[in-house]
Amino acid sequence: MLYFKDKVLAKTILGKIRSNGKKLNFMHVCGTHQDTLVKHGLDTLFENSGINICQGPGCPVCVTTPLEIEECILLAKKGKIIASFGDMIRVPSYNGSLQDMKAEGYDIRTVYGIEDAVNIAIKNPSKEVIFMAVGFETTAPTTSAIILNEPPENFSILCCHRTIPAALKTILEMGELKLDGFIEPGHVSTIIGTKPYEFISREYKIPQVISGFEPIDLLMSVWMLIQQINKKNAKVENEYVRAVNENGNLIAQKVIKETFIQVDKKWRGFPTIKKSGLELRNKFDKYNCRKVFEEELKTLKEKEFLEPSGCRCGELLRGLITPQDCPLFGIRCTPEKPIGPCMVSIEGSCNIAYMYKKD
Amino acid sequence: MCLAIPGKIVKILNDHAIVDYGEGTAREVNISLVRVKKGDYVLVHAGFAIEIIDKKEAKETLDLFKKILSEEGE
Ligand code: SF4
Repeated sequence: MLYFKDKVLAKTILGKIRSNGKKLNFMHVCGTHQDTLVKHGLDTLFENSGINICQGPGCPVCVTTPLEIEECILLAKKGKIIASFGDMIRVPSYNGSLQDMKAEGYDIRTVYGIEDAVNIAIKNPSKEVIFMAVGFETTAPTTSAIILNEPPENFSILCCHRTIPAALKTILEMGELKLDGFIEPGHVSTIIGTKPYEFISREYKIPQVISGFEPIDLLMSVWMLIQQINKKNAKVENEYVRAVNENGNLIAQKVIKETFIQVDKKWRGFPTIKKSGLELRNKFDKYNCRKVFEEELKTLKEKEFLEPSGCRCGELLRGLITPQDCPLFGIRCTPEKPIGPCMVSIEGSCNIAYMYKKD
Repeated sequence: MCLAIPGKIVKILNDHAIVDYGEGTAREVNISLVRVKKGDYVLVHAGFAIEIIDKKEAKETLDLFKKILSEEGE
């Protein structure tokens, strides 16, 4: 897709944005968007043009709660194999991360996707294998596809899937910051299509553009938002038409419906968000590790798990501060010795800011 | 995590396919979430093809961008 790197076109769009001259505040909810913004210096270019773009809760690993990590830690201590994505395994909890437990000899496996975790279960029939299923709508159907394909009985999931539109609504409801538009995540949208965002524009009169991940995509999306604002429109537009269609991926939506129900869910940095999480339907109880190991997990129920002390990931995930506003950034908190999830995940804004540090 | 990488389907094997990411990298991915044929370009996320990329649409988008920009400027 080389032609999406057309420099002349990029300059033209930037020129248009500059000449608009309005001060605007946008939010995106995707680690890959943040990566493109910072890596190509677009964040600075936009800032110089009066446009501020913050990340919001768009990092699945970052919004996973300390309780969910503790659930996995406890099950690992009981001798079960825990499998998850590399970033998830490195997020510190109270007494270290799952990665630290691996160093202590517990069986923690890094996988590229759920299918790898199923293969571990097939190869280890005498062991219980639990997949920590994190991710937004992009990842949820991969979990569904596996569950519907009857994985082995020694396999189960700890469901941490969350859905984006509910979080966007919460950001607006909380009213902590004034937003002029949302840049919506392209890959989540390949699955859900454009319609699930519509109520947000309708109810909150805010423009939204679904965006791809090349610099041109983001430039164009910002320009499209500005056009909406100038024309006093508030609707959902799709810039990423090469991968997103109005209806989304219908097969993926069907398998999600077949396997999950919507549940209220706590997000890191947020209160419990109504119907923002997915949990397996009762008929899949044998694959729901919270049901299979209910007794073992009971002890965690009453406990309250706070954020790591001094870490400001919560405010970052609500779009209120930048990584550099955290006094621990780059000093006590680095990718080698992360304190919060936003420094661990390659989709976390602290990690991205550190990796492309300008000095 | 939400990262998805484009690649080309070079061989179909039941509910899996070999996807070529270019530069000599090929991997087996699950294709149960999409209806694809050999030669299609797909976005791959966590070992699954999640959507087909429309190459024609990609070219047209850029043409459209150029057109919109020239009109808006007037
Ligand atoms: S720099 Fe570290 S401690 Fe500060 S908000 Fe980011 S992850 Fe948390």
